[in-house]
Amino acid sequence: MSDTVTHYNFAYLDEQTKRMIRRGLLKAVAVPGLQIPFGGREMPLPYGWGTGGIQVTAAVIGPDDVLKVIDQGADDTTNAVSIRAFFAKTAGVSTTEVTTDATLIQTRHRIPETPLSSGQILIYQVPIPEPLRFIEPRETETRKMHALSEYGVMHVKLYEDIAQFGQIATSYAYPVMVNERYVMDPSPIPKFDNPKMHQNPALQLFGAGREKRLYAVPPYTDVISLDFEDHPFEVQSWETPCALCGSQESFLDEVVMDDAGTRLFICSDTDYCRTQQERTDA
Amino acid sequence: MYVAVKGGEKAIAEAHALLAELRRGDPAVAELSLAQIQNQLSLAVDRVMNEGSLFDAELAALAIKQAQGDLIEAIFLLRAYRTTLPRHGVSTPIETSEMRVLRRISATFKDVPGGQILGPTYDYTHRLLDFSLAVDAMDAAQVDDDDWAEEPHHHDSTHSDAQSGGSEKSLPRVLALLEQEGLVEPPPTEASVSVDLTREPLDFPAARETRLQALARGDEGYLLSLAYSTQRGYGRTHPFAGEIRSGVVMVHCPVEELGYALPVGELLVTECDMINQFQGGGQVEPTFTRGYGLQVGLSERKAMSMALVDRALRADELDEERLSPAQDEEFVLAHCDNVEAWGFVSHLKLPHYVDFQSELALIRALRQAAEAPDV
Amino acid sequence: MRDPILSARGLSREYAPEQGCLAVDLDVWPGEVVGIVGESGSGKSTLLRLLSGQERPDAGSLIFTDRAGQSHDLREASESEIRHLQRTAFGIVHQNPRDGLRLRISAGGNIGERLMGIGARHYGEIRAEASRWLAHVEIDPARIDDLPRHFSGGMQQRLQIARNLVTNPGLVFMDEPTGGLDVSVQARLLDTLKRLVYDLGISVVIVTHDMGVARLLADRLLVMRFGRVIETGLTDQVLDDPQAAYTQQLVASILQVS
Repeated sequence: MSDTVTHYNFAYLDEQTKRMIRRGLLKAVAVPGLQIPFGGREMPLPYGWGTGGIQVTAAVIGPDDVLKVIDQGADDTTNAVSIRAFFAKTAGVSTTEVTTDATLIQTRHRIPETPLSSGQILIYQVPIPEPLRFIEPRETETRKMHALSEYGVMHVKLYEDIAQFGQIATSYAYPVMVNERYVMDPSPIPKFDNPKMHQNPALQLFGAGREKRLYAVPPYTDVISLDFEDHPFEVQSWETPCALCGSQESFLDEVVMDDAGTRLFICSDTDYCRTQQERTDA
Repeated sequence: MYVAVKGGEKAIAEAHALLAELRRGDPAVAELSLAQIQNQLSLAVDRVMNEGSLFDAELAALAIKQAQGDLIEAIFLLRAYRTTLPRHGVSTPIETSEMRVLRRISATFKDVPGGQILGPTYDYTHRLLDFSLAVDAMDAAQVDDDDWAEEPHHHDSTHSDAQSGGSEKSLPRVLALLEQEGLVEPPPTEASVSVDLTREPLDFPAARETRLQALARGDEGYLLSLAYSTQRGYGRTHPFAGEIRSGVVMVHCPVEELGYALPVGELLVTECDMINQFQGGGQVEPTFTRGYGLQVGLSERKAMSMALVDRALRADELDEERLSPAQDEEFVLAHCDNVEAWGFVSHLKLPHYVDFQSELALIRALRQAAEAPDV
Repeated sequence: MRDPILSARGLSREYAPEQGCLAVDLDVWPGEVVGIVGESGSGKSTLLRLLSGQERPDAGSLIFTDRAGQSHDLREASESEIRHLQRTAFGIVHQNPRDGLRLRISAGGNIGERLMGIGARHYGEIRAEASRWLAHVEIDPARIDDLPRHFSGGMQQRLQIARNLVTNPGLVFMDEPTGGLDVSVQARLLDTLKRLVYDLGISVVIVTHDMGVARLLADRLLVMRFGRVIETGLTDQVLDDPQAAYTQQLVASILQVS
């Protein structure tokens, strides 16, 4: 295997491709929330498993970067392990599980609980970049809707939720308005994480490999979750704290313990949970 | 004097001779044994068994060899053989919760009783060509292949993996945990026997079990694309892979004289239980809905596609508007059989001299009329 | 007198000789209902699509004046401007309600969409307004959460009308709104339409092949044939004393029926 790796460029992609992606990213940063088409490449991972995120990471990573990869908030999930190993092998960069030590964090489905700081880059893997897709599947039409800010239908979706369920029944990939202009899909993070996107000091980059789109939220940008005045946006909460660290502020995973259906709730963010445990132990 | 082209018989015989030569390839290269195909191309064998609707790995391997690796041709061969077989009886439904599990994952919970069991999967391989396999293959060519001949069945080898790496005790179904809370619709309780699509024509509207039967033998690529279309918004159902499990189940056949069912053999199967968007609201408590896929062998791609398409096809039953191709039962089921599909597409290669001649005469007449000066 | 709300001069869009719509002059005045009549293929639907900005003319001019007195040149306007007008200042009622409704969205959501499109963000108020409009078009407000496909054809058409009128557009285009409905349902829908037009003081351009519908709703008629307007005038005048031979035939045909 190591023989094959020497045939590849630093971080797998060739420099031309990286430049193309970086140009797309610059455009994305210049127009926050706007989806930028890019010439996504075939990657040695299947589409839908993070090919967009990996291409963005490959385009921005340098030899001095420290990479953290999470999936579902955890560093030890199979997909996270696999992607981290990919970059350790193809770029030889150092990796970490500690959020504060990382310069680049590639993520699937979560934003770390530990606040990010200026200079860090959070790279999201995005399956469906188009927030209007499920209302209007045709790209030709959604492009016009974005261009003309025809976003009434987004609220129709929320209206329908309330009419049917008494509340907004969207719990993840909850649509946001970026910089008062573009409605954006935040990727399938739980809505719990939406408020973290708002005015975040870190640069947030989004890559959708199969759909070949890039978008971005620059540092300190407004990111507002759509809602109604009388049904304001709310995040999930839990009745119990994390069974491991006792945190009452983090997103909890439900773990099924036995056939009788006994449940345990623990932090989805493994690094945060470890930090909290160390803090209480100390 | 002109003599019309004849001699089809000789041409066909020559074509078959050429085909045999092409199939064999360079005689200097060792000929493939069925055991090699069964063992080393086992996923191709699985696909041919599924879409050929016959669980016989050796025959499937033969079909693949005969078809030069053209899997649709191999499926066709297997089906054409299957149709000649006598039917001795119908087994009782297999019980997948009693499976000896080789692989078992859930995307819905981080951990579940019995654990996540990765098993043999390409999921986390990096798709980098492994040139060491190329080298090994050259070495292996020297090896006497007597060993392979003694291996009766490719699934026995995976079975031994199951014993070492997998779980011997039966694992509870992930969706059963949600059923306890009433959060997901219960599975159908009646084991209703549907029509046998290999003996009776498909009739619309089709019952769910009939649809599942059609999907089980349907083309993998076609179902994959339809499943994909539902994820991209054409008939969206918000799927989660509740549980995917592969492993060995026992097959029982009822024996009338005894009054109970006897085990007749084992089957390696892959099952996918998909959790989908919830229904309800107002007076009705919201519950998740589900889609189901089952295939023999390690046919995970097909099982997942099947489950997604199964769910999409339940639109009427769940009172959803049918707006997308994957929700259209007649469209999906009438075109999912690749032997039918390829048969009809390939028939265009047959002579259509007479029809075409008629069209030719017509178009000439029409052009003549158009060129004629207005009266 | 005020200016016309919509003014067309020499409006043309020709698909093939005598197919489409040729050199049409038309003024629509505030609060009036203009009927466009003619048989299939006469160009009346093409004219409606041109007037409502759903299609662009090959020649001619088309000026729309909004409530604020602002003029919009619809031949030159950007697609963005036209779509904005269609969302706010125009209503477009399709012959088949399935073309004008979101079928996967409840009745309330269908009515509320235009409100949300122009910035309404209070669920309770949107819902109250949707309820009020259901009552306006004589649909039981208790059915606010039902999907349109559970409605009869007549109810779907009423819902489509409510969905269009909720933002109080100045100008509504209707293409055979009673087509495909049986006679008793048609009569009731026409009553509702007449009442709404009168109450709201909106201008309407309605295309119909049914002279009965034209007589009941329209203040003024344009008769079309082979893409051209062959006769215009007050409805009673055209129907009682048709000038063109073709109009006489059209009028005679309804007399025979009734």
